[in-house]
Amino acid sequence: MSGNVATAGALAPRRRRRSSIKNERRWALCGSYIALVVFAIGFLIPPYFELVTSLKTSQEIGSGKSPWFVHHLYLGNFIEIIRNPQFQTFFLNTVKVTVFVVIVTLVIAILAAYSLARMRFFGSTAFATGVFLTYLVPESLLFIPLFKVLSFLHLINSTWCLALIWPTLSVPFCTWIMIGYFSSIPKELDEAAMIDGASHLQMLWKIFIPVAMPGIIAATIFAFTVCWGDFLYPLAYLFTAKQMVLTSGIVSNLIHGDVLDWGHIMAANILASLPPVLIYAFLMDYYIAGLTAGATKG
Amino acid sequence: MAQVTLRKVSKSYDQHVQAVKGIDLDIADEEFVVLVGPSGCGKTTTLRMIAGLEEITGGEITIAGEVVNDIPPRDRDIAMVFQNYALYPHMTVFDNMAFGLKLRKFAKDEIRRRVDEAARILDIGELLARKPKALSGGQRQRVAMGRAIVRHPKVFLFDEPLSNLDAKLRVQMRTEIKKVHQTVRTTTVYVTHDQVEAMTLADRVVVMNRGVIEQVGPPQELYHSPATRFVAGFIGSPAMNFIPCRIQGRGNELALRLADNLSFPLPPERTQRYGAYTDREMLLGLRPEHLTELKDQARPNMVRLDSRLDVTEPMGMEILVHFRINGTAVCGRVDPSVRAIAGETLPMSADLNHMHLIDPETDRVL
Ligand SMILES: Nc1ncnc2c1ncn2[C@@H]1O[C@H](COP(=O)(O)OP(=O)(O)O)[C@@H](O)[C@H]1O
Ligand SMILES: [Mg+2]
Repeated sequence: MSGNVATAGALAPRRRRRSSIKNERRWALCGSYIALVVFAIGFLIPPYFELVTSLKTSQEIGSGKSPWFVHHLYLGNFIEIIRNPQFQTFFLNTVKVTVFVVIVTLVIAILAAYSLARMRFFGSTAFATGVFLTYLVPESLLFIPLFKVLSFLHLINSTWCLALIWPTLSVPFCTWIMIGYFSSIPKELDEAAMIDGASHLQMLWKIFIPVAMPGIIAATIFAFTVCWGDFLYPLAYLFTAKQMVLTSGIVSNLIHGDVLDWGHIMAANILASLPPVLIYAFLMDYYIAGLTAGATKG
Repeated sequence: MAQVTLRKVSKSYDQHVQAVKGIDLDIADEEFVVLVGPSGCGKTTTLRMIAGLEEITGGEITIAGEVVNDIPPRDRDIAMVFQNYALYPHMTVFDNMAFGLKLRKFAKDEIRRRVDEAARILDIGELLARKPKALSGGQRQRVAMGRAIVRHPKVFLFDEPLSNLDAKLRVQMRTEIKKVHQTVRTTTVYVTHDQVEAMTLADRVVVMNRGVIEQVGPPQELYHSPATRFVAGFIGSPAMNFIPCRIQGRGNELALRLADNLSFPLPPERTQRYGAYTDREMLLGLRPEHLTELKDQARPNMVRLDSRLDVTEPMGMEILVHFRINGTAVCGRVDPSVRAIAGETLPMSADLNHMHLIDPETDRVL
């Protein structure tokens, strides 16, 4: 025994150090997993509850059975909601305006970011900071003054008023993202393009946009999510079912007085949140591919 | 035919920073000119003004006889190679090289022909389908050069193109650049802070310091007859030794005094030139190869200096020895067969045939 200890003693310092690094790494890993699991559970419970509830009949929802499991699978809620002409209108309105706003946002943000990042002019840095400050002003502060503006333009209770309003949410942040991406492109790249004979527009189109594609995808995702999920503005400016979008439409038209039709509401919610999920899933691949392409380092 | 001329060209970034202070330079057609100087001396600024990437504060630049001060870079018919290559990361090597031609609406087969030709010159034919990410530093450098070559521009501009490469590759690419210039024969302005690069590449070297040109000339001329103390010290490695000295005597009997007990007769053919500078603090400039071990047979104007060596650096084909002359540290080069040992004395000789005398008030070599 004592002989063993003696021989081990010579090796001990090295081995101990190595195993302590291993231990440390294991603890760090455990810690991360625990944090991530707590985080994931916290965020996934509401959608899970939504899904479970949407697959039940009203009777089952109303019965005292456990709300966490589906006892009899029922797809009626989904079928009825998909066939519901009002829901179809909301969905179509949302798609139309969101797509429009995303495109408008990208055009404005890319052009603005290019000029703020690359063309030095009087006040360009002040503008860049200003853009970011605009983003910090909350919706709840703006919706009353904006109401004034919209009524002046006779756009109250028209879906298309959102095409005017939503860019105020999406453009500043997207511009900010794009300024960051464009600034990270080395200056020599545009100088090389300039010497090669590119005009500003060609430089933007053939160099900046392809190189900053990951940034553009991030901006697209952001603009899409922010418009699709916006609740306050549609609630404030749209009154009739024909003009409404999903967020405001579901709560104002699927709730009849005191009767909360949970099954239908949850099914509508699930359907309404599908497009952002799909956009994420689809664009994330490109996003990651773009990142690993190591775009900006020449 | 593309000469480049600079007339009193200056550049100020604001009131206080004057990066280039009115320089004059004539670059002949097909000439390879290297701008060399320490960091911050205005080389890049000068090159960028020729390229049109930087506005010219004062003076005039012409390319092929045409004043280009107000002409944008793309209409100057120049091509530039950047230090960090600046390849378009999302394009293949072929597209990188073809980009400028496509923008200028060249026919497809002409583009193909020119890119293939450049790829052949630079030996990058197999890389045409790759993206820059998949290339090594040396290969990226070649592509950057290819992008310049395909355009058949009037002038090539290089800004420290080799400084991102490791030492071995740098030497290899240096030869490559020289070879390319001998093939395509385009007027070239090349910026570097490395005097070896400057000496090996240039037809003529332009030494810059603090925004002015110190001297222009072929490499050998700069080495053997530097005009100023700066050029004398900048060109050559190890650098020239500067030793405080005095000229004494009169007429044809002048002596060079390095210390109270150390004085040598000046070479007679130099007495005329140095006669006006007697009895003043002067600097003796002597290259390390002119401080060597004492040879057996005496030669004219080789004078003996005994020295205790501080440090010796065996280089293979020679040994660098560091010692002091009257307190001033100097470096000499001795044959590897000589027993040069730090701490011991070694009989040395100074070759005054190759001495330079510098007036410390004007810093000019006399
Ligand atoms: N964009 C700039 N703004 C202000 N000063 C600059 C700018 N670019 C260069 N300078 C200054 O001009 C001087 C010359 O710079 P540069 O031409 O880049 O030197 P070099 O290429 O010889 O190292 C330096 O002192 C540098 O600090
Ligand atoms: Mg420089």
